[in-house]
Parts: sequence; structure tokens; C-alpha cells
Amino acid sequence: MENQTAAKTHGLPIGARRTIAYIVLVFFSFLCLIWFYILLINSTRSHSEMTLGFTVLPSTHLLDNWNSLITGTIPIARGFANSITVSVCTSILCVYFSAMTAYAINTYRFKGRDAIAAFILAIMMIPGQVTALGFLQLINRMKLDDSIIPLILPAIASPITYFYLKQYMESNLPLSLVEAARIDGSGEFRTFNTIIIPLIKPAISVQMIFSFVGSWNNYFTPALILHTDTKKTLPVMIAQLRGADWLRFDMGQIYIMIAASIFPVIVIYLILSKYIVGGVSAGAVKG
Amino acid sequence: MKKKVLGLLLSTTMVAGMLSACGSTATTTETPAAETPAAETTTEAPAAETPAAEATTEAAAELPADEGKVLNISAWNEEFKSRLTDHYPGYEVIDGTTGKIGDVTVNWLITPNEENAYQNRLDELLLAQDSAAADDKVDLFLVEADYAVKYTDTDYTLPVKDLGITDDDLKDQYAYTQAVVTDSNGVLKGTSWQGCPGVMIYNRAIAKEVFGTDEPADIQAKFSDWDKFFESAGELDKAGYDVISSTADTFRVYQNNAKLPWVDGTKIQVDDNLKKWVEDSKKLADAGYCNTWGQWGEDWNKGFYPEGKVFAYFGPAWLIDFCMAADVEGSVAHDGGWAATEGPQGFYWGGTWICAAAGTDNANLVADIMRKMTCDPEVMKDIVLKDNDFVNNRPVMEGLAADTSYSNAVLGGQNPLKMFCAGADNIDMANLTAYDQGLLGDFQTAMGDYINGNFATYDEALEQFYTLALQRYPELTR
Amino acid sequence: MDKKKSNSNVVKFNRWGYIFLIPFFVTYVIFSLIPLCSTIYNSFFENYRSGLKQIGPNFVGINNYINLLNSPEIWKYLINTLIMWVGGFIPQITIALLLAYWFSDPSLRLKGQRFFKTVIYMPNLIMASAFSMLFFALFSDSGPVNQILLSVGFIKEPFKFFQYVVASRALVMLMNFLMWFGNTTILLMAGMLGIDASLYEAAQVDGATASQVFFKITMPILKPIFTYVLITSLIGGLQMFDVPQILTNGRGNPTDSLTTVIMLLNRYLTSKDVGRGGALSVFLFIVTGILSLVVFRINSSKDKD
Repeated sequence: MENQTAAKTHGLPIGARRTIAYIVLVFFSFLCLIWFYILLINSTRSHSEMTLGFTVLPSTHLLDNWNSLITGTIPIARGFANSITVSVCTSILCVYFSAMTAYAINTYRFKGRDAIAAFILAIMMIPGQVTALGFLQLINRMKLDDSIIPLILPAIASPITYFYLKQYMESNLPLSLVEAARIDGSGEFRTFNTIIIPLIKPAISVQMIFSFVGSWNNYFTPALILHTDTKKTLPVMIAQLRGADWLRFDMGQIYIMIAASIFPVIVIYLILSKYIVGGVSAGAVKG
Repeated sequence: MKKKVLGLLLSTTMVAGMLSACGSTATTTETPAAETPAAETTTEAPAAETPAAEATTEAAAELPADEGKVLNISAWNEEFKSRLTDHYPGYEVIDGTTGKIGDVTVNWLITPNEENAYQNRLDELLLAQDSAAADDKVDLFLVEADYAVKYTDTDYTLPVKDLGITDDDLKDQYAYTQAVVTDSNGVLKGTSWQGCPGVMIYNRAIAKEVFGTDEPADIQAKFSDWDKFFESAGELDKAGYDVISSTADTFRVYQNNAKLPWVDGTKIQVDDNLKKWVEDSKKLADAGYCNTWGQWGEDWNKGFYPEGKVFAYFGPAWLIDFCMAADVEGSVAHDGGWAATEGPQGFYWGGTWICAAAGTDNANLVADIMRKMTCDPEVMKDIVLKDNDFVNNRPVMEGLAADTSYSNAVLGGQNPLKMFCAGADNIDMANLTAYDQGLLGDFQTAMGDYINGNFATYDEALEQFYTLALQRYPELTR
Repeated sequence: MDKKKSNSNVVKFNRWGYIFLIPFFVTYVIFSLIPLCSTIYNSFFENYRSGLKQIGPNFVGINNYINLLNSPEIWKYLINTLIMWVGGFIPQITIALLLAYWFSDPSLRLKGQRFFKTVIYMPNLIMASAFSMLFFALFSDSGPVNQILLSVGFIKEPFKFFQYVVASRALVMLMNFLMWFGNTTILLMAGMLGIDASLYEAAQVDGATASQVFFKITMPILKPIFTYVLITSLIGGLQMFDVPQILTNGRGNPTDSLTTVIMLLNRYLTSKDVGRGGALSVFLFIVTGILSLVVFRINSSKDKD
């Protein structure tokens, strides 16, 4: 496909190439957006309207659907609260301690530093699923089953965030600054908290967003750990919809629940998209 | 250089992992502890050998006073919750997952049934029952016939006699409902408020259009066996209607009329009648007389609305009452557009049994819930009148069956109770095993693929069924 | 003398390196290393539940591994996983390459780049479970996609997406593609923008065609980033779970053809089959471990630059 396009466009005037590029771009943008458009429309329609066929324009039942969702049997408000708690705590712990780890490797020259750096790099890509079995046994023994703590604490050791922050520090953090702070008599912890953290703020905010989103979307582990309805996070509740054998099935309620868990992230993303897209490519240049 | 360091590190971590793994014997043997909690738990609720006469009020006095402030009820859907809310005196709703009876908080632990999730969760809860804090102990849990044996045949379930419920309390229940929850020593371990004889529920408007009548007796003549069923399905198809929503709808009918239990010893066996279900369903699906989607989905239940163009569903009373969207405007049920007839074969489907968990600290309350909900004729009659459920009380049901003033609005004023009563008397529960739910689910999954044409032959699908079944139950053989 | 003093000072400060590493390593050891060890340990035992009865743990040596690798299931699920990954990855990398090339081609001067980048990256942030639940609803037999196709007259009867192996897998591929092609585009574009513009100019002076420039200059320079994308995506692909799990409700229907390796692991984990689950985990650990080594090499070579 690549081959053909390249060959065809060769020799074409620049205007034609540009038109083709726009058409392709519009097509894929459409492919990305159409699902969410249908979602948006259908979450404003009642179940019986939906059985009649799809309409391009929204209907008037958005609030009805929302009301039947929040008064329904799924404690959706708790789901939101749980998801926010987990994601906020995770992203703070993850970014703060990853910065600390990266700072240690980046700033100090201690024995075994290279080996440790290599070790973290090596474990970076090992997925959590392969240790899930032992992890579940461990948290059972720690009496942390059905609790959100085991979803939060492990974020302290996040090799990928560490890797990105270390790359950033290498090119943006002059060691002379640390020296200067020492001469001023600042303790190492204080230097880290009051000088380094503010300095690497751009990288930190990008990583916080990624870690927040990662945790917000996480399904595998929460589904294995959380059992009580009021403790579940949103993805687990969403997945339950799929297995729902309760009845009086109301598609309006399902669409609005999906919408409610997707659109907050989309809105945040649209506000911060400049940093997020920039963050991805910055990670690529250096990582 | 760096690469070498890494290689070393990787291999050392792996070796270290293995070494420390070998050293950690003590930490990994967590499970076998919870084997037999029963010995002590049953004594908590001493057997109440109460004389039958004073059963209802006096028996409770012999149980130790309730200490629990929280009553945990484990269930897989909302049905029992709504029954308790509507019919148990003094039950107040707090929110979606909690309620209150007096000063006891009722905590609903609801886990949907999909892929054995409910059983897995219940297993966890019961195995942890000993070590759980008093307020976290399960007091009452619900089971289905498909896996009741798994729980009743253990000491995690209290005999109902120990709760002070007497034979006299239970005398009006249908025998089959008790057979389901009787353990291998003949001890009754649970009780149910409903009976689930099934019928064929058909759409009156479609019947009139295609067959010229919506009279149950005339329709029954058109569907009295599976050959006639297929023939009439053809007529419906010509008029643009599906005879049933999905091939899954008739599964219970064939399954209940099977001769063999699913498991003999440890050997999985597939009854000929199930094979017949596969063949008949394949015929129906290939002819385009119905669809093959799973039950409970949006596609499946669209026949609850006139646009769905589905002639009939197979189900017991709770399907009519609980599922057919009678409260939604525009549904067939809302307009009383259904009627019921026996259909080709008698069957039962579902039913919910209440079991008391060993270790409950609310024994009196549990006993009272069981007695009120499953033995009290007043409450049970109320359930029939308000919810059109089929309750587990023969005199009440027979009384109402003969009562011309009783009619079911969803069924267009028909009184289907005589039909249900006759069905309830014929239910035979001899074939239950602890594995039914998993196995019949896997069987339908595998055979669904054959019916859809994804497997070329029945044998291929059967192979897939064994694969899934052995994945789920490693202790079974083929 | 002076030098010596500052040296010892640095050494003193450098101890802080260890202190700053404590949280990471304590967490790692507790939540990853110990679980890994106990997973490995468990894989040598027969240990599961039959109803409420616990069977085992009985030491069975490497029997779990033998059974695992001898059963056709694991290979079937591995192949399922790979098919669905490849089916998403090929369009993903092709389209990403094309878009990245256009975005970074100065002669095209595409307008609205930020808008397009924002849009195509967006699906990457969507909750996979919600996204697949959405697709399940949209593509169900009476869902909006069928309604639209019917009303346009494209089809006469609803197309039953979830009854056909090919169609169901295609949906998983489509979702994987949508979730990742924007991300890949941006990664590749960053690599392309890093290419020295003078190289292109020189090529143009020499009269090279667009395709020659692409295959002779762009591709070779992109090769490391390409490999990186490939391997990380493969590791990600092996972890495929959320989408097929929710789309098929954990069953991998039709014909178990959407069941991925992690879905099998999930079945073992939820039914507490610790022995077989352990063996499967270790198998996956080894496979991803080998793949990680490749990523490690790429990263550490970049580290040196």
C-alpha cells in the first residue's frame, strides 16, 4: 500500500498530493470519531427509540438516561469516586517516586549504579500479568483483597515512567545546579523536593497524565482484586454490563454509562492535547 | 560491557527467584486451611427440635440471640432483593446495595452469574467465613438448581431444621424444590419461595395473524411436539416472524428431559436428548426460523416489543414477571399481548433457593426470612397477586388456579396457574450434579458455534465442548 | 589535597543515591519479585479447587508445563493472539508511516496538523473496556451499525458480526488499529523530523523521486525506531486482554477463536487453578523476557548516544 501510494504520488503535482493527503487524513479522523458520535447520539435516546433505528440527530432523553443510571443498581457514583481516588493516588506516587529513582541514577555516582540502571531497563517491558498469580496470593495474605491499596502502591516502582524522566533529566538538568544547592547548604531531600521537582515540571505533568490515564483505564488487575460493588472502579463496572444477566435491559443506560466513563478523559485530553501529543513525541526522540 | 552486565543480572534474578521460591514453602501454602469449619459452626445454632404445633413463633426462641448488626446476602441478581423489599415486613431500602430490617443493616453482595463468577465469589466468601469479621460473614446466600449440590453437600450450609424450621412449616412446598437442596444424607439445606415449571409464552397478535386464533388450546395443538413445532415455525417464517428468539430458548426444555446426569462419577456424559437439541436447533437456524444469539442480550429480548417479530419464548412464571418489561410502555407485555400454553414438552427453568451460611450471627433473622418468604401462605399469596410469580406453596397455587378472579395482565387476562401447577407436579430433579452450570454453559457455547456453522460437524463441536469443560473442571474426565 | 576533600564529599553525597532508590526497590521486591517467585514456585504443584474442596497442593514436578505445552489450547490461543495482533499491526504501521511521512514532508505544508494529530491520537486514551463494550453495542445484530447499513440499503438482513470468526477478529483488529495508529504516527514522525533536512535537499538535487527518497533515506534512518515500535507492540499484543475479553464476555467466541493467552490466564486465576496458572505465567514470563531483551538492546544503545 505504501509502495503504491508513493509511486502514484510521484510525478503528481504538489496540489494533487496534498488533496490525497487531506482525503486520507479526513477519512481516518472520521474513522476515529464516528464511534464516539454514535455513542453521543445514542446516549440521548431512549431504549424504545433505539429499537426503531439510528438517527443522525440527538433526542431528548439524555437526562432520563442519566437519572436511571444513577438511581439504578450499579453504584456508578462510587465507581467514579473509586476510579478517581485510584488514578490520582497512582499518578502522584508513580511520578514522584519515579522522579526520585531517576534522580538517584542521574545525579549520584555510586557503586553498582550502572548495573542498577541496566536492571531497571531490563525489567521495564515485563508485563504485570505474568506475576499476577503470585501478586493475588500475596495480597490475600496481606489481607488486602477487595481493597484499592494494591492497585495504588505498586505504582511506586514504574520503570517506564522512570525511564522517561531519566532521559529528560539527562538533557535538561544541569548537575551544576545540584552542586550550587549543596553549597547553599540545602539537604539532598530538600534539593530534590524544592529545586529538582519544579525544574522537571513539564516532564512530570506529561507523565502524570499518562499514569493517570493508564490507571483510569486499567481493567485486568482491578477485575481480579475488587469484588464488592461499592469498591469497584469504572472499567470493572463497565465490563459487568457485558455480562449483565439482570433484565429490563435498557440500552440508553448502557450508552450513557460508557459515555460517562469515556468523555471525561476526552475532555481532559482536548484541553491538554498539546502537551500530551508533544509528550509522546518527546518520548520518542529520546526514548 | 553493559549487555554482559544485563545478561548476568537477568540470569541472577531468575536464579535468585528460583532459590527464594524454594525457600518460601511456608508462605505459599495458604489454601488448605479452610477445610472443615462446620463442626463448631453448626453448634452455634443448636438443633431446634421444636414441636410442630408452636413452630412458627416459638422455634426462633431456641436459637442464640442475634448478635450481628449486618446481614450479608450473597446473590447474582436483583430478584430476591425486590421480593424482600416488597414482601418482607419491615424491610427498608437505604440505597442500591443496602437496606435495613429493624436495626440490622442488610448488605447485598451481588455478583453477576456470567462465566461462573458468582460461584467463584461465593466460594471465596465461604472459604473465608471462619476468619472473616462478624460483620463480613455471609449470613444468607442464594443458589440455583444447576449448582445447588455443590453447596448443600458441604458443611458451609446450615440444615434448615437447625434454624427451627419444621416439617410442618415446609409441608406445603413442592417436593421437587426440596429435592434440589437436600444433601446426599437426606438433610434439607435450603428452601425456595418459587416453583419454576415452564411454559411456552406466545404473542397473541402474531398467533391471530398467522394461525387465525390466539386460544391457548388451539395454539397448543399446533405445537404439541417438536415436529409440529417445526412445521408451525415454517408457517410463522412465511409471515415474517421468528418462532422463538434464539435456539438457546429451547435448550432448557431438551435438557430437562434428558435421561443422564451431566457427570457420572468423574466422567462427563452427553445425553441423546441434548444431541437432539443440537440437531433440531441446527434445522431451525439453517431454515432461518430463528436466531442463535445468547439469551439476555439486547438482541434476544427485542421480541418483548412488537417490532421484534418473535412469536414465543419458553420460560417459567418469573420470565413473564421479571423479564418481559411489563412496565415499559410499548412492550407486548405492557399491553397484555402474551398468552401461555404447555408447548411441546414440560420443563422447568431456574428458581432461586435460599441457604443459610454456617457461621451466621443472625440466625433468627435468617430463619424468619426463610419462614416468611417461603412458608408463610399470606406472604406467598401476596407475591402471586402482586408479581405473578409461581410460589412454592401447593394450597395457595391450587386455590388461585381455581380462582376465576385471578388473572395475569401480561397474559391478557389468562389464568395460567393450572398449567403451571400441573407442570410443577411433573418436575423431576434426579439428574442434578454440582457441575451443571459450567457444563451446560460450555455445551451451549460449543454447540452454538456448530449451529452457526463455525464448526462443520457435531463431533468437532463436541471436541470443543470437552476442551472447555476440562479447562474449567480439571478433575473431570471424558 | 583540595581535590581529595571534594572527592570524599562527593562520595558522601553519593550515598544518597542508594537512599533515593529504596522506595523503588522495596516496592519492586514486594509487589513484583516476590509474586514472581511464588508464581514460579506454584507452577510445580497441582493446586486447584473442585467445588469447595481444595485439591493439592501436591508436588508434580514439571507436569504442569508438560500438560500446558502438550495441550493444543495454548498454541491455539497463542496463534489467536498473534493473528489479531498482526491484523492490527500491519495497517497500524503502514498508515502511521504514511501519515508521519506526510506530516513531516515540508513540501506538502499540510494545514490543520495539530487537529489531525489530536484526533488520531485520541483513541489511545480511551478505556479499552468501555471501547469494547461500545463496539459490542454498536455492532450487535440490532445495533446502530446494522441499523445504518440496513437503512442505507447496503444489506438486507442484519449482518451478525459476532457469529463469524473473521468478522469478530476483524473487529478486534480494527479496535487495536484505532487505538494505536495515532501513537505510532507520532512516534515515527518524531523520528522523521530528526532526519537532517540537508539529506533530502541533496537527494532532490540529485533528482531522486519521492519513493526513492522514502526507501533510500527515510526508511534506513527509521530502522531502529521501527524495530522498537515492532517489539513493544508485540509485547503489548501478547498482553491483549481487555478488548477480546469484554467483546466476547470472556468466552472467546466464536469457536474460542478470540481467546488470547491472557484470557486463558484469567480463566485460571478466577477459578483458582494455581498450578496450571503458574505454569502459564512462567511460560509468558520467558517469552516476554526474551522479547524484552531486544527492546533493552535498542534502549541501551540509544542510552549511549
